[in-house]
Amino acid sequence: MEQPQIALGLAAMDSSGVLSPFSFPLRAKTEDDITLRILYCGICRTDLSTIKNEWGNATYPVVPGHEIVGIIIEVGCNVQKFKVGEKAGVGYPISACLSCDNCNHDCENYCPKLVPSFNSFHSDGTKTYGGFSNMIIVNEHFAVRIPENLPCNKIAPLMCAGITVYNPMKHHGLNKPGMHLGVVGLGGLGHMAVKFGKAYGMKVTVISTSTSKRKEAIENLGAEAFLLSSNADQMKVAKGTMDGIIDTVSAVHEISPLIALLKTYGKLIMLGAPNKPVELPIFPLMNGGKIVAGSMIGGMKDTQEMIDFAAEHNITAEVEVIGMNDVNVAMERLEKGDVRYRFVIDVAKNIANA
Amino acid sequence: MANALPAFGWAARDASGVLSPFNFTRRSKKDDDVTLKILYCGICHTDLHTIKNEWGNAMYPVVPGHEAVGVVTDVGCNVHKFKVGEKVGVGFMVGSCLSCDSCKQDFENYCDKMITTCNGIYHDGLTTYGGFSDILVVNEHFVVRIPENLPLDKAAPLFCAGVTVYSPMKYFGLNEPGKHLGVVGLGGLGHVAVKFGKAFGMKVTVISTSPKKEKEAIEHLGADSFLVSRDPDHIQAARGTMDGIIDTVSAFHPIAPLLSLLKATGKMIMVGAPNKPLELPTSSLIQGGKILAGSCVGGMKDTQEMIEFAAKHGITAEVEVIGMDYVNTAMERLAAGDVKYRFVIDVANTLNSSGGSST
Repeated sequence: MEQPQIALGLAAMDSSGVLSPFSFPLRAKTEDDITLRILYCGICRTDLSTIKNEWGNATYPVVPGHEIVGIIIEVGCNVQKFKVGEKAGVGYPISACLSCDNCNHDCENYCPKLVPSFNSFHSDGTKTYGGFSNMIIVNEHFAVRIPENLPCNKIAPLMCAGITVYNPMKHHGLNKPGMHLGVVGLGGLGHMAVKFGKAYGMKVTVISTSTSKRKEAIENLGAEAFLLSSNADQMKVAKGTMDGIIDTVSAVHEISPLIALLKTYGKLIMLGAPNKPVELPIFPLMNGGKIVAGSMIGGMKDTQEMIDFAAEHNITAEVEVIGMNDVNVAMERLEKGDVRYRFVIDVAKNIANA
Repeated sequence: MANALPAFGWAARDASGVLSPFNFTRRSKKDDDVTLKILYCGICHTDLHTIKNEWGNAMYPVVPGHEAVGVVTDVGCNVHKFKVGEKVGVGFMVGSCLSCDSCKQDFENYCDKMITTCNGIYHDGLTTYGGFSDILVVNEHFVVRIPENLPLDKAAPLFCAGVTVYSPMKYFGLNEPGKHLGVVGLGGLGHVAVKFGKAFGMKVTVISTSPKKEKEAIEHLGADSFLVSRDPDHIQAARGTMDGIIDTVSAFHPIAPLLSLLKATGKMIMVGAPNKPLELPTSSLIQGGKILAGSCVGGMKDTQEMIEFAAKHGITAEVEVIGMDYVNTAMERLAAGDVKYRFVIDVANTLNSSGGSST
């Protein structure tokens, strides 16, 4: 029997979330798999919540990371979509049943048998380890091609942050020129929503609790307007003006003021998952046929489409590239929201010393 | 007042909600107005909330009633859609701006300046009085023709209950053959949603807190299945099976179990109006990309379309026809949920024109 390949990475061993060097076996290869030498991996809040066991589901040791970009070093004999030497990306999903209604409608993200790239188990019972590592084996269905013109370090965050906003913007029709889009929270997800919104020709208003984000929203990211959510006058002026709002905030917050910003039949898309229920008054929803929806990453077809759209419009994430040695400090800064707007680990750097 | 028509109805004078005879006037018809003699008027829960000032907006005296059907007795000189003698209905609204985005897209119900049939303020500054009365004078835009084959007493509730479920079922695509619709609550709104759902060729599951509603849901209304919302085993067995849910319940209730019944990207539409905020665990929406929307009555285009759909499919409300004298008792029974499924007042035959007071 072929010996499993050994990968090197960083793992959290307990809920302190402190990451330290860790080597682990990759799962056995099949004919449908590609092997990626990982170049870059973005750091998402989900990684932080998982390693600290905030959701009570960590199976230590956890190697996080699901915004992976790498170079293909091997392909199985059935692989059709990829060749050795090409760049590919892997996000949150690495396996699904591929036969349920959701999978059949290109919504693998909603498959009840979805397996994430980390902190979970393959069908053979072995653990899944994520992209804070130097190699990953994945079924070709769950990889997307990265066009050559895109800089890999700035594309890695699109594998989660990008698709997480692209998917609901597409499926809820919040992608038409002239429409007015609100974006709540200017972090990894929020800044991508602003960029996609501008590429669609929408009017974009950033809604935030920090005035310090006004300058960057407007001058750096090209948003047309900025609302301080605690300023009742500003919020009142904007009442009933938005076709849709992408809410990226995961802290507990009131959504009634956001619902008031929506036009008739406007849509509030919740992407962050506060850990307590939100209060939802129903009258404001009824009075205008308004909609609150949730969304979680996206299917593989949409992920490829999103990457191709980003290539066409030259959209990349704003990143701070770090080495493997800096990851623990980066996690502390991420917890405080001190990053513009995504840390991306240059995996190749320091991996040999890690 | 000059040029005003004398009218007679029953009004609530205070938050006791007790209704009693009341003389008042209607405006004389303007060029775009239709005058109708009211034959029947349904009683909606909203009427009850309003007369008891539960929403703090009652402008007493309140003449409720917004499921009014009757016969046209006069038309203004600009009226083209209706003729004297035709059977027509009036629902929740009698006015809107007709120029905003909502109005232009046939969603007059969402116009910021929408004027309600009762307890509203019309363009002329006067309070609107509703269908618990003998006549209405209404701009033709807000009047709907009733096809000949629909019995009027059973058609009246469609003007609010009917369009309130029809409009979101249409807008959110919960009207396609083979799709699975859940209906929460089996009352005035719920029973009509079941009927429309079956007419659309959908599989319909009624979701209720009362096991005793199962027989009527399945045997009488034709629902395909029934589940008790407080039974975790029922909920678990139906998890992830529904394309959409129409939630008609206005009492405070947990929505997470209902959301779990939806398939991925499924939609739950709230048409009941709880007066306390509900609790929404956001993960219930995020996992599965689900949608929660509110909806309130429907526009005039939808109302006409709904009535014609009902006529085509022989759909009417299940009603208990009462005399005007019984209305206070009916309101008490409505508060207790004791009606199958809508009271309808036989206005023409029982509204006694003597003994009214105008205070």
